[in-house]
Amino acid sequence: MALQSLDIKARSATTTPSPAVRETMPVAKLIDISKCIGCKACQAACMEWNDLRDEVGTNVGVYDNPADLSAKSWTLMRFSEVEVEQGKLEWLIRKDGCMHCADPGCLKACPAPGAIVQYSNGIVDFHEENCIGCGYCVTGCPFNVPRISAQDSKAYKCTLCSDRVAVGMEPACVKTCPTGAIVFGAKEDMITHAEGRVTDLKSRGYANAGLYDPQGVGGTHVMYVLQHADKPELYSGLPRDPAISPMVGLWKGVAKPLASFAIGLVAIGSLFHYVMKGPNEVSKDIEKEFEE
Amino acid sequence: MQVTRRQFFKICAGGLGSSSLAMLGFSPSDALAEAREFKLARTTETRNTCPYCSVGCGILIYSLGDKAKNVHAQVVHIEGDPDHPVNRGTLCPKGAGLLDFVRSPNRLKHPEYRAPGSKEWTRISWDEAFTRIGKLMKEDRDKNFIAKNKDGVTVNRWVTTGFLAASASSNESGYLTHKVVRSLGMLAFDNQARV
Repeated sequence: MALQSLDIKARSATTTPSPAVRETMPVAKLIDISKCIGCKACQAACMEWNDLRDEVGTNVGVYDNPADLSAKSWTLMRFSEVEVEQGKLEWLIRKDGCMHCADPGCLKACPAPGAIVQYSNGIVDFHEENCIGCGYCVTGCPFNVPRISAQDSKAYKCTLCSDRVAVGMEPACVKTCPTGAIVFGAKEDMITHAEGRVTDLKSRGYANAGLYDPQGVGGTHVMYVLQHADKPELYSGLPRDPAISPMVGLWKGVAKPLASFAIGLVAIGSLFHYVMKGPNEVSKDIEKEFEE
Repeated sequence: MQVTRRQFFKICAGGLGSSSLAMLGFSPSDALAEAREFKLARTTETRNTCPYCSVGCGILIYSLGDKAKNVHAQVVHIEGDPDHPVNRGTLCPKGAGLLDFVRSPNRLKHPEYRAPGSKEWTRISWDEAFTRIGKLMKEDRDKNFIAKNKDGVTVNRWVTTGFLAASASSNESGYLTHKVVRSLGMLAFDNQARV
């Protein structure tokens, strides 16, 4: 029996393997940018469900409100006005937030055991009780999503409403979306749904429409339908080919085992030295000599 | 504290060794990972209509407790009603933020009166409010009611007073509102939900 409501697939800074026998259905959230009207109902529903009330900020001259993600704003509409070709202005509105990578950089980088977990359905969740506030998840994230709270020095981000999904419900943002731009279901079904949307967009003159499910991070459990899938940068700097920073791999993949090996070597060496030579005996004569 | 060279080395070795062991995954206590408890599990679910606009979306209001005698119910969460034909579970940002509308410190909870020229609102009782409104309505209607127009056709209209009704009304209360207002001859009658 699992001791939690969702099966855990991976756990930060933990070497013991997680139970992997049961097969649960991977879920996904699909955000169709071509259907989004930027109403921010998803932001309001997210705040309401997760009991978050961010500071009321100031207008920074654009529609983005708040101006950036924060420990209390886990999702955010990013508005970009782009002239895709001469004389053709498009308003591209991207709902930013955690992408729930299949190969999460935050989890790989995290040194606190159990502060970041990945459930077998694909959700990557932060457990703030175990968070030490080091901020490695921020550097490990290819999408610049986690935020450290100034209030309690712990990292926060979208949970994909793991508490709702655990009891068979959809995330709060998905449920509220008035235009149906956000949909939720089995990842397989979401890909099929996206294919239908892409075909429709292509027939409407968006020749480069496509699904954003970047393979550099093993695919994501939050996917986008983009009108211009050939230029994801247009959407407020969505990375073209996101990957976990090589520093994370270097530290966790090479440096850590090497260091562990070195520690072991030193321990064996010390023991060997102790057995062969024993403690350093200082004769009374030398001691007296130094004291004088 | 006096630490000899030898003790200093021991402390350093102990610190390095234990932190290295923790880094290797042999931490002393393995914390249990658990998704946040579903916060609506034993709340009371009540169907209602969003009070904002003329779309009239169905909402589900979740309140604390199970209506037991000693529990003071309090609204803790509101989301769209998936069984409502208008919105099928969805809500706009205003509807999605209804919880803070319910609990707003600026919410009007009782009748208030501001005398002409005054800046102050004073609290009055419902009885006072109804009596005052009734009296003023009667005064105005007696003065301005038009029974027949200039051609002698019966029109029974009263155009000097208007009526604004609430939006989160059922068909039944909408029907009653119409009955009251129209039978007085009132023509100017509106509502952000267009009853």
